[in-house]
Amino acid sequence: MADTRSINVTVNGKPHTATIETRMTLVDFLRHELKLTGTHVGCEHGVCGACTVLVNGISARACLMLAVQCDGQQIATVESLATGGKLNELQQAFQDNHGLQCGFCTPGMLMTLTEFLRDKPNPTETEVREALTGNLCRCTGYQGIVDAALDAAKKMREAAT
Amino acid sequence: MKPAPFTYHDPRTLGDATALLAKNDNVRVLAGGQSLVPMMNFRYAMPDHLIDLNKVSELSYIRVEKDKLKIGAMTRQRDIEFSADIGKHCPLLQTALTHVGHRQTRNRGTLGGSLCHLDPSAELANMAALFSATMHVVSKRGARDIAFADFAAGYMTTALEPDELLAGVTLSLPQKTQGHAFEEFARRHGDFAIVACSVRMALDAQGNISDAAIALSGLSHAPIRPTAIETALRGQKPDAATFKAAAAEAEKIDAITDAYVTTAYRQHLARVLTHRALEQAAAKTKENPHG
Repeated sequence: MADTRSINVTVNGKPHTATIETRMTLVDFLRHELKLTGTHVGCEHGVCGACTVLVNGISARACLMLAVQCDGQQIATVESLATGGKLNELQQAFQDNHGLQCGFCTPGMLMTLTEFLRDKPNPTETEVREALTGNLCRCTGYQGIVDAALDAAKKMREAAT
Repeated sequence: MKPAPFTYHDPRTLGDATALLAKNDNVRVLAGGQSLVPMMNFRYAMPDHLIDLNKVSELSYIRVEKDKLKIGAMTRQRDIEFSADIGKHCPLLQTALTHVGHRQTRNRGTLGGSLCHLDPSAELANMAALFSATMHVVSKRGARDIAFADFAAGYMTTALEPDELLAGVTLSLPQKTQGHAFEEFARRHGDFAIVACSVRMALDAQGNISDAAIALSGLSHAPIRPTAIETALRGQKPDAATFKAAAAEAEKIDAITDAYVTTAYRQHLARVLTHRALEQAAAKTKENPHG
């Protein structure tokens, strides 16, 4: 008999109640149960960073958390970034700076940088590269991603003043 | 569904957790999950019972008491990295943490989880060795303390009995330490080190080394303290000749080999990193002459 639990989770501001197997990872819950397929699953063992989401505002690998652990928590995924089909500043910067090619790593990159730029609005290039060590990209060679992060930081600072 | 089926338990107190641990067989204790969940996703680990400690709030704390730094097993690496208290009393721990995984894994990963997983090159295990950690272990039968040197029973194996869990750790912070350093070599930032070396050092009034501690990871199944080198450093001048001699001794320590890194290369790194760490620690003593 499968071990199940009922959980209440708020995802991108919207509350959800679901009964799930306790062994289900958070990323499978987001994709398979809530059909939020923006969060990608790459390695499924915490190396690639594609599944990065924010749990109560703090980045985490959704393949290394169990959905049952998110009972009562607030989750933010890549789907939370754009409003009304309009890209946010970070997403727009990725488009402007060729921060993606195939796009597989992009949701994780965006969520990692969402947290990072919130905590460090004026980072150096080295700090951006360090922040991104937990996210692998096989296409870009990272330069476009780093440029996008710095560009977004600049525009977000300008917008805040 | 990646992990094999298990029964999930999320106790709220340490007493409930140890009772569950005593009652059930084939149990794994879940801390931050940054090592155990990958192992379960690969089905290397297939526990029948998973005891999640994330809601046992009494296991998460950071306390400085005189020359002791007490940290709860479930304290997140992130909280150690950003703790003002630890920044003041044990900044080397924060330096070492910047080499542990990545931001996302430190956000979830815990001190106790890393020490119980006991990867031979784990930076936090290196720190436990350098600061002569005492491991506070609890079971339904009672509590006991284990010195870190005895905690590492074998390759990725702790001295914990099946019904015991790690509740907290006490690091000894010698008041007289004036300089310290952490050096490692890993193929990529955030990887486990191939070899890592940490040093703490104090000088006497004449400027000679009065106390030195060295912890080397990546040579054996757990970090080692080369006590003969530490002893030989005492009374010496903190100069290039002293450090070169100490580093040459570090190269003679027997080292493991595996499919990726040979013994000779690990020994080479032990020499280079020991030399660098000693030099850096000595340089720091000048910035911080009163300890």
